[in-house]
Amino acid sequence: MLRTITGLAVIIGILLLVLSVTAKNRPNTFEHSLDVQKESYSVEHEDFDRIIDVLTHQRCLNCHPSDNVPKQGDNAHPHYFGMKRGNNDKGFEATSCTTCHQSENNAYSGVPGAPHWSLAPASMGWEGLSRIEIAKKLLDKTSNGDRTHEELITHLTEDELVLWAWDPGVDANGKERTLPPVSKERFKEAVIRWFGNGAIIPSE
Amino acid sequence: MEISLKVNGELYPIEVDPETPLLWVIRDVLDLKGTKFGCGKAACGACTLLVDGNSVRSCSFAVKFAEGKEVTTIEGLGTKENPHPVQQAWIEEVVPQCGYCQPGFMMATVALLKNIPNPTDDDIDRNIINVCRCATYYRMRKAIHRASELSQQETDKRVENNKV
Ligand code: FES
Ligand code: FES
Repeated sequence: MLRTITGLAVIIGILLLVLSVTAKNRPNTFEHSLDVQKESYSVEHEDFDRIIDVLTHQRCLNCHPSDNVPKQGDNAHPHYFGMKRGNNDKGFEATSCTTCHQSENNAYSGVPGAPHWSLAPASMGWEGLSRIEIAKKLLDKTSNGDRTHEELITHLTEDELVLWAWDPGVDANGKERTLPPVSKERFKEAVIRWFGNGAIIPSE
Repeated sequence: MEISLKVNGELYPIEVDPETPLLWVIRDVLDLKGTKFGCGKAACGACTLLVDGNSVRSCSFAVKFAEGKEVTTIEGLGTKENPHPVQQAWIEEVVPQCGYCQPGFMMATVALLKNIPNPTDDDIDRNIINVCRCATYYRMRKAIHRASELSQQETDKRVENNKV
């Protein structure tokens, strides 16, 4: 009998704990015009994880530096030739990103390219941040370029420079660049559903 | 595919695969050999030329992107009798050693002076990042400053002439 009561108490305790955590992490629900299904909390976490798995992949992270130096390759070495953020996130006055990077990948030289090739703004430096910190920066209008959730969805699912991550071409040795660990379709789906469910960041 | 290329003020209709690097077209189709092939990886700058006045590594620039734009190569800068200030400065400072990298450096310098007419050493370090295997960097720096002076003198002269 005593064992049953203790067991019940433990289950109720766990339930209360889960409920309180859930309540604490639920921000205002975002009303999105896209047709998204409201999913259970665990699926939202899965969406969050999928999104952050992509954002922390080197194809994305290399152009979100925290030290104004673009990075290259899967080992994230500093961009060769001393290239830095420079003016308007696009390099220096006469030697800018577009001196070498065009609006498409170049298969001859292995130089990557996509429309408006540039670094993410300094306020969106992700290098060295935790997954939670990256997500907070993404949602924070003071760092994300004053973007609403709707605009963030568009940016993440339609911007050609963002989507370049899944079409990164070959490197200088003709070797295919690695892709983010989640497919483009699954990423887009996760983005739309995560925002649709209120863009919940799991507790730290 | 036919592409209409304007190089050094002249129009050239050419039949070429639009993905062909501009450098190949310049050297092998138009036979303008001043622009050099160094690495083919946008790393050395030997192939630097101007597209609409901006410096571009032509080994990594598909010819289709040059359509409808003004391409300038080293041959289009000045003549022996009337050299461009950058060429004049290079002669005065006796910059080249083997010479292979020099056209690329000179074109990069033209672009630099267009954006920063009176560059500091820091401006030069940030923007002139080509590679010279003979290490003529010291003389090049002097020549860039000299080219800036000569360009300024030319501008002053033009302003003076316009007043008359
Ligand atoms: S040949 Fe184009 S940069 Fe080296
Ligand atoms: S002068 Fe020889 S490589 Fe520059």
